[in-house]
Amino acid sequence: MKKLLSLLVAFLVIGGLTACSSGSGEKVAETIKIGVNLELTGDVSVYGIPERNAFEQATAEINAAGGIDGKLVELVIYDNAYDQAKAVQNTEKLIEDGVVAILGSATSGMTLAIAPLAKDNGLVVFTPSGTNSAVTMDGTNVNPWAFRACFIDPFQGQVLANFASGDLGAKNAVVMVNSGSEYSKELARIFTEQFTANGGKVVETASYADADTDYKASLTSIATKSFEVLFVADYAKNAGLIIGQARSTAGLETVNIIGPDGFEDPALNDLAGGAQNVSNVFFSTHFSTLSNDQQVADFVKSHAAFTLEKYGKAEVPSALTALAYDAAYMLFKAIDNADSTDPAAIRDALEALEAFDGVTGDISFDKFHNAVKPAFLIELNNGVPVNATIVNP
Amino acid sequence: MKNVLNKRNLITLVIIGVLFFVVQLLIKERIITAYMRSNIYWIGIYIILGLSLNMIIGITGQLSLGHAGFMSIGAFAAAVVLKTNPTLTGLFIGIGIGVLISLAVSFVVAVPTLRLKGDYLAIATLGVAEIIRIVLNNLSVTGGASGISNIKMLMSWPLLYTFVILTIFLTHNFKNSAIGRACISIKEDEIAAEAMGINTTKYKVIAFMFGAALAAMAGSLFSTTYYIVKPDSFGVNTSINILILVVFGGMGSLSGTIIATFIIGLVNIVLQPYAEIRMILYALILIIVMIFRPQGLLGSQELSTKLLPNFKWKRKEKSS
Amino acid sequence: MLEFLNQIINGLSLGSIYALVALGYTMVYGIIRLINFAHGEIYMFGAFAGMLAITVLRLPFFLALIFAMVVSALLGVVIERVAYKPLRKSTKTAALITAIGISFLLQNVTAMVMGNNTSAFPQVFDQKVYDLGGIRINSLQILIFGVTIVLMFLLQFIVLKTKLGRAMRAVAVDKDASVLMGVNVDNTITITFAIGSALAAAAGVLIGLYHIRVVFWMGTAPGLKAFVAAVFGGIGSIPGAMIGGFAIGLMEALVAGYGGTMWSPYRDAVVYLLLIIVLLVKPSGLLGKNVKEKV
Repeated sequence: MKKLLSLLVAFLVIGGLTACSSGSGEKVAETIKIGVNLELTGDVSVYGIPERNAFEQATAEINAAGGIDGKLVELVIYDNAYDQAKAVQNTEKLIEDGVVAILGSATSGMTLAIAPLAKDNGLVVFTPSGTNSAVTMDGTNVNPWAFRACFIDPFQGQVLANFASGDLGAKNAVVMVNSGSEYSKELARIFTEQFTANGGKVVETASYADADTDYKASLTSIATKSFEVLFVADYAKNAGLIIGQARSTAGLETVNIIGPDGFEDPALNDLAGGAQNVSNVFFSTHFSTLSNDQQVADFVKSHAAFTLEKYGKAEVPSALTALAYDAAYMLFKAIDNADSTDPAAIRDALEALEAFDGVTGDISFDKFHNAVKPAFLIELNNGVPVNATIVNP
Repeated sequence: MKNVLNKRNLITLVIIGVLFFVVQLLIKERIITAYMRSNIYWIGIYIILGLSLNMIIGITGQLSLGHAGFMSIGAFAAAVVLKTNPTLTGLFIGIGIGVLISLAVSFVVAVPTLRLKGDYLAIATLGVAEIIRIVLNNLSVTGGASGISNIKMLMSWPLLYTFVILTIFLTHNFKNSAIGRACISIKEDEIAAEAMGINTTKYKVIAFMFGAALAAMAGSLFSTTYYIVKPDSFGVNTSINILILVVFGGMGSLSGTIIATFIIGLVNIVLQPYAEIRMILYALILIIVMIFRPQGLLGSQELSTKLLPNFKWKRKEKSS
Repeated sequence: MLEFLNQIINGLSLGSIYALVALGYTMVYGIIRLINFAHGEIYMFGAFAGMLAITVLRLPFFLALIFAMVVSALLGVVIERVAYKPLRKSTKTAALITAIGISFLLQNVTAMVMGNNTSAFPQVFDQKVYDLGGIRINSLQILIFGVTIVLMFLLQFIVLKTKLGRAMRAVAVDKDASVLMGVNVDNTITITFAIGSALAAAAGVLIGLYHIRVVFWMGTAPGLKAFVAAVFGGIGSIPGAMIGGFAIGLMEALVAGYGGTMWSPYRDAVVYLLLIIVLLVKPSGLLGKNVKEKV
């Protein structure tokens, strides 16, 4: 009996959920449906969730302002769980649902699974943060339907290498790379190329696995080398720990540490074991909450208010949030400019966008649909940004 | 075996043919939409994976937690070939290469490790799959951690159906062959099997290699269905997902695996719109099913045309 | 030489973490032969419980540690009673799948409740670094190492010297016979789960403190490594789990430290390869007893 009861409860839960969703779907007014295909569960959901929040904020704002050409925007959101099979299935479903364009995914891997399918079906796929150079490509040509709102890894790797050999005057560098991350490996490769071309030498490349939390062994070995700059090509979840552990390793207490946009994370100081450990740290990014741009300040405020109301917790926008927010607005602008919800017209209008004034800077697309926009180079002293240099492409 | 065209086989053939044409027609008429079709592809590929693992776990009783490793070998072999030769011929060459590499690797792995028992074997196979994944992660031919993208999509219903039927045919015959029966005896009681003169190591290795080869084949189909392969798609979680199909359906039951894959595929479709709750519900379903039916849906029984009312007829033939 | 000694210390501190998680694994396995795949998730749960105890309940560290251990022990008991007990008579593989289901469940519920972001464990101690002629030891490393050793001896004492321990060993050898001898099998198993889960929670809290990063998927990788460590040392053996944990920690540190650009990416592969070799040479692990099957 007890068993039966628990079974009944389980079915009621599932049934209730199904009923909830089917009730709210019908709307009489004509809406513009936009598909969202993101990593909302699993290990990489930490990239997908902030992007979803930004998409929802942008949509709520545009609808509050009367929608696009009088039509309200409706997001159709599916989770791909960082599984290419699900990413493809979601895309097929979104096409069936009649979306006019697809926003996502957060990672290059999933976008690479979606993009060929979107191309075959003539639908724009717009990733806020897929930085792998192949994402917008179809072999050696550009995939006409794939766009991204971020700069690509080569640009960032070059900016960092030039900064290391120029501003920091480094001749020898050590690179730490996450062997399970395409993002990290690509950045490390480009950095090494450019740094060597600048006349410097990468004296050691140390690898670790994505789930590692203990980097002491690599750091102890690195400390025996002679070098001026340590490039940690990873997100804050690993980079923060590396910074903290480097600061307690003999010989690495004050060495310059540089990193990519992945450093941009409110948790960086905590992960490094406290703000006192985060000095002589430099990173490049798309976006800084401390920019004195009014638009950015407004966005930081409105995002906190939106997430507090919708999810019960005020979030500080990360670079991913800001990129997703810009991507959503660029798509809205393209639909508005196209005066049509025809996918091909939207594609043309998106491609034609120029110097779009977003929270991550002025954005245009190059001929390979990569966002062309400035990078910020930020210096942290005791965990606080003290210097922000703009590097134009 | 005496009469290949007996009534039972004929009925099976007719069912196979009718099913093919009905689905083909439904796809043509767009009653089965593109979305449904991509779900069917998923189900088909996982039926092959489930059946192949069933040869190792269900039939021979050897717990393997590294099946995704062999799947990744096939996936990357096909992806590499399809990059230079994006045709069906290329796919078949890729499958062939994948199966050969998989056979070789599984032989090297199986001969020493299958001496291990139960959980020790599980951890050894898990280790092997991790080694394969880490090697792929650092190999430049396979694109390193980002893998290979923009793979030519060649999957279609006839292609899928051919391979699924081929797999069912092969695994069914394997199970009912002398080798299969030897494997089942190992699962039931290894010591008794050995006492009966069965070379247990030999049959364990055969079953393991057979399963690994089929998994590689499924991996090749996977890579031509989903445009991209990357090493982290083939981690422990994927091995576990395949294992779930086998246990859920009933270890040793081929039809059980097929039905279980259909059910899990349907559950995935129903739960698709609920991002965060999906995995929680999936986990609950898994736990509840295991508590209520620990032997799986079909236990070790089979659903087959034997259950059709031609039972008497078959008996008569036997006595004559 | 100095670098080598430092690497040994790195390896030992990493290894003591694997050992702590492996102790719980090996206890549960020893008694009911179940690979408790959810063990890594209990470790994760313990880290979160400890973090919340410090930040929300404002408990001092050692009280928070005890709080996390108690809460996780309760969770372990509930899981055992609800999910594993009904399956005690069925196949091991069915129980394995249930354990996987529990692991999925705990991960995703945590992600939903606590968010998907990495949180930072509050730093309640000032870390001191002791420099012994170039060999550097961190105060937290000493703490973790010390706690691991103490817990191991405590466990060894419980298992070998107490009535409960005798019951555990009896159940591990033969469940039916121990019932006849008046052992309450159900309670013994439940207590084993409680102890194992409390150990995992202790590991979670200590590692939270040491490595700072707390996130819903943090249990998977150490769970797997700890399982490997337990098998390596001989599953079911408490000193074995310890030795296995230290051996794997040392191997990882040495490959990462001396592998260079060429081999350091293959660090985990090297560990698994060595594991397989050990198993082939000694199929029941370093300290495992080779149980002969009766015909």
